[in-house]
Amino acid sequence: MRPVKTRYTQLTEHLEPEEMIINMGPQHPSTHGVLRLELITDGEIVKEVLPHMGYLHRCFEKHCESLSYQQIIPFVDRMDYLASMNNDHAFVMGVERMMGIDKDIPKRIEYIRVLVCELNRIGSHLIAIGTYGIDIGAFTPFLWCFRDREHIMNMLEWASGSRMLYNYIWVGGLFYDLPVGFEERCKEFIDYFKPKLQELNELLTDNQIFINRTAGVGILPLDVAINYGCSGPMLRGSGLKWDLRRIDEYSVYPELEFDIPIGKGEMGKAGDCWDRYKVRVDEIVESVRIIEQCLERLQKELKRTPEFDPRAKLPKKIIPKEQDFYIRAENPKGELGYYFITDGKTEIPKRVKARAPSFNNLSVLPEITRGVLIADLVAILGSIDIVLGEVDR
Amino acid sequence: MEFDDIKNLITEKFGVSAIVEEQSGGLQHALIINPDQIASVCLELRNNEQTYFDFLSCLTGVDYGVEENKFGVVYHLASIPFKSQLTLKVIKEHDRNAEKSPSFQSVSHVWKTAEWHEREAYDLFGILFEGNPDLRRILLPDDWEGYPLRKDYVAADEYKGIKIS
Repeated sequence: MRPVKTRYTQLTEHLEPEEMIINMGPQHPSTHGVLRLELITDGEIVKEVLPHMGYLHRCFEKHCESLSYQQIIPFVDRMDYLASMNNDHAFVMGVERMMGIDKDIPKRIEYIRVLVCELNRIGSHLIAIGTYGIDIGAFTPFLWCFRDREHIMNMLEWASGSRMLYNYIWVGGLFYDLPVGFEERCKEFIDYFKPKLQELNELLTDNQIFINRTAGVGILPLDVAINYGCSGPMLRGSGLKWDLRRIDEYSVYPELEFDIPIGKGEMGKAGDCWDRYKVRVDEIVESVRIIEQCLERLQKELKRTPEFDPRAKLPKKIIPKEQDFYIRAENPKGELGYYFITDGKTEIPKRVKARAPSFNNLSVLPEITRGVLIADLVAILGSIDIVLGEVDR
Repeated sequence: MEFDDIKNLITEKFGVSAIVEEQSGGLQHALIINPDQIASVCLELRNNEQTYFDFLSCLTGVDYGVEENKFGVVYHLASIPFKSQLTLKVIKEHDRNAEKSPSFQSVSHVWKTAEWHEREAYDLFGILFEGNPDLRRILLPDDWEGYPLRKDYVAADEYKGIKIS
């Protein structure tokens, strides 16, 4: 039966005379969206954090039960709205595997998918880094990151027609081929971006004030991270080489060269806020490498031809046979999973569940914030890099 | 460890009745576990050095439809050292009696991930989890009536006197 007293009532029912409950959010700037944290505090010390979410709940899973797979893609875009391409890619991959057409996708389409996903990954990490700087009190990196992200948004808008919610990757193909000149423009951007990344490092990564605020703060031990289901930069920040692009070897990632950066505790202890931040910075460098390789292939052996049609393989009707299927992929925030239950008769899934990385990463917050200062709580929350669209779905 | 080895391991440790059924129709095979033994099976699969499923990827509540009157929970396990995956399911019949909700064992003491996922399943399906220390609504407001992801859910006309449909 349902326990008479939940942990929440046990914690909030009786407070010691020196304890006080403070609400942080849902409109607090450092919560990066509409997240409410209920803090039980003793002066400046946080004794317990009780997260409340659901302010952005848009019934994604309920909507999926009345829409066809192709129609779900725009909804998927709106989950992690900072990395829509990656969301689409995971979802589309799942449907393609269920349909059994994942091997028939032309190489050029796969390379374009990886290219736009990695561009989007850079965009997402730039926001994570920029807003993290602003949480800690560094204003300039935020503006620099947004300036560089603007180039990515412009390019993706050029390809898909939309700035944030792309609906570009379709089941069996793409919305359109890349526009003429995209590869050259992308190359230009990479050449522009590399020195900028160096500048960003000088400004933030090696900044002594930033290091003092983040190193040794919010240490997430590896066993705790695994037990709480943390993934992505959170897990790698704690020192585990775990990247689904390498583990599951989906799409064309096995053909591409890149490393998996992990947190080593260079400034403090492994798994602290600085490590998680550094993993994101290093991942941008790796994404740039992937993009360069994709561009090389797309400009040489997989050149655009007049007869190339990215919609040629689109199935007329998407009716996967009756089964359950779980697909996982590496999003900028971590492991994004979709669990499908299909009945084999209609174009509408019986159940779709999204396993959102931010949801799981956030669940570790109460564990690693016991006994920290309120100011450090802001630093820890920023380093988790949550997107509330994905937490609440 | 292969899928069949895991199956043998479970029957060896917990008896033949532990596995109710094996689903091998689709691309991913699944084991339907006896609901009374799911928590101990999960603990064993996590602790056993040969399986070591230390990562719970996903926990899903499912309503199998109004005709079937079944509720279930699906567990997606992953092992980081072995790079393997496994799907477990528990299914119980339930007559949709509003008085008594379907109830399963909680695995939140095995993987902490399960705690929030079980809260979500409770919130949207009204599935209870015995042993979850903090079973309350997570996405919907605390005073929400009904469980929206159930197949027989009818959207309310108004919420606290505000027309919403």
